[in-house]
Amino acid sequence: MIYLDYNATAPADPEVIEAMKPYFNELYANPSSIHTPGQKAKQAVEHSRAILAQFLNTRVDEVYFTSGGTEADNLAIKGLAFSRNKRKKIIYSSIEHHAVMNTCKYMAKFGYEVIAVPVDKYGVVDLDFIRDKIDDNTLIVSIMHANNEVGTIEPIKEIAQIAHKYGAVFHTDAVQTVGKLRIDFKESGIDMLSLSGHKFYGPKGVGALIVKKGLRFDPLLHGGHQEKNHRAGTENVPGIVGLAKACELAQKEFPQEEKRLRQLRDKLWREIDSRIPEIQLNGHPETMLANTLNISVKYVEGESLILNLNAAGIYASTGSACSSGSLEPSYVLLAMGIPAEVAHSSLRFSLGRWTGQEDIDKVIEVLPGIVEKLRAMSPLYKK
Amino acid sequence: MEYSEKVMEHFMNPKNVGEIKDADGVGTCGNPVCGDLMTFYIKIEPKTDDLNAARIVDIRFKTFGCAAAIAVASMASEMVKGKTLMDVKNLSRNEVAEELDGLPPVKMHCSNLGVQAIQEAVKDYLKKLGRDDLADQIRGCLESKESE
Ligand SMILES: Cc1ncc(COP(=O)(O)O)c(C=O)c1O
Ligand code: FES
Repeated sequence: MIYLDYNATAPADPEVIEAMKPYFNELYANPSSIHTPGQKAKQAVEHSRAILAQFLNTRVDEVYFTSGGTEADNLAIKGLAFSRNKRKKIIYSSIEHHAVMNTCKYMAKFGYEVIAVPVDKYGVVDLDFIRDKIDDNTLIVSIMHANNEVGTIEPIKEIAQIAHKYGAVFHTDAVQTVGKLRIDFKESGIDMLSLSGHKFYGPKGVGALIVKKGLRFDPLLHGGHQEKNHRAGTENVPGIVGLAKACELAQKEFPQEEKRLRQLRDKLWREIDSRIPEIQLNGHPETMLANTLNISVKYVEGESLILNLNAAGIYASTGSACSSGSLEPSYVLLAMGIPAEVAHSSLRFSLGRWTGQEDIDKVIEVLPGIVEKLRAMSPLYKK
Repeated sequence: MEYSEKVMEHFMNPKNVGEIKDADGVGTCGNPVCGDLMTFYIKIEPKTDDLNAARIVDIRFKTFGCAAAIAVASMASEMVKGKTLMDVKNLSRNEVAEELDGLPPVKMHCSNLGVQAIQEAVKDYLKKLGRDDLADQIRGCLESKESE
């Protein structure tokens, strides 16, 4: 099996699983309990928090564990809105993950003006548009660090500066970059950052929101005193321990792994581009995640490509995993100005820790034949 | 997306793919939402305007479409081969979907597309014979609004 869908999710690293194991049935006590086993569990949570803080260069008390990226995004936007009600404008990008986009849109119900920032053909947000729309009434600017479908990396430092000029909070969904790129929270100007374990070899269902010290926000879940009253519910101790282990492993492989993936990805693009006519790269040619390759194979439809690859034991995706139940082409590609029929022809390969040279070679070998077969069937393709 | 084995079979090895250069009728339908497009080419014998006598003797298709669209086109082409134009007029999307052991609900329109494009080819044939009146009684492609 050749798994090339790491942006959708990654397998948990065996070391992560090993680290988690004792917390299911040996060190299973509730971190809120004051007895010795409870305190041991508490220590595990706090030790994990320290690892995350060190990994991202944040303070320990700036780390809030959540149930994943979606909750972290919701907590950032709603939590901020619910605690500060004077500012009534929310700015986000037109290529945000649904976790941010739908949360922002929902806030319109509560009287917020929500503004989607357009992107250029590479998927880079329009900074002038932000400068034009932002004002003293702006609560939050939420722009993702890198896009999950095309891999384009956004100029978040500049965006943070623009936001701060108006006293707005800058949030970034860094679900696709934590573990892939080195992030220095203090130095970056980010006020709130979302991350998710399962995108970088940690477990699913655990993530974190990093919130700059002093920034007030309300919880989404009310109940116990966990996470300093900002996220009630007994901590997912095994998940949190696994998340911390994933951070340690990522730290160790910087920056060689990025270099390795970039070489594989570049080779994949170079070779299929030379073997298959009329394909295009979607995303930024340079400022792009090293592991992501989004292409459009003109005149054939993405799903047909995926299922033919699937039959060959190669698992890729068309755009985001979440939208594969819908008929419309990727909103990310459409926002980049890519025509609908070209967007329908998109195919995403995302590489990861267990992707090897031989996997890439297999795709290079198999894909041209699949494309040829499907194009022979296509009324749009004229040789 | 869960597809039946039948769908996958027709999708991986579609029947009757291609074009007919001297086709008696050609029909194309598209769905504006999913962007899919299907074209059918048919040969008719005997070349009469009697819907109960004229039969489809050869059929080919091309499609820019999802897996369901390809499977539908392949299955529908098999189903109408040798059939009269009246049979084609009465063919429904459900019959094609049933022959494929069902389609996911969002993919029912793919079945529609297949049936409509074949009907459009029949309409084309009838119009060439000057029988626009008969052609008008056959469904063919729907208006974009309704085609969902
Ligand atoms: C950019 C981005 N944000 C948020 C999420 C949601 O994270 P989670 O699956 O942990 O809820 C994902 C992935 O699913 C993502 O790619
Ligand atoms: S999704 Fe539209 S024809 Fe299949």
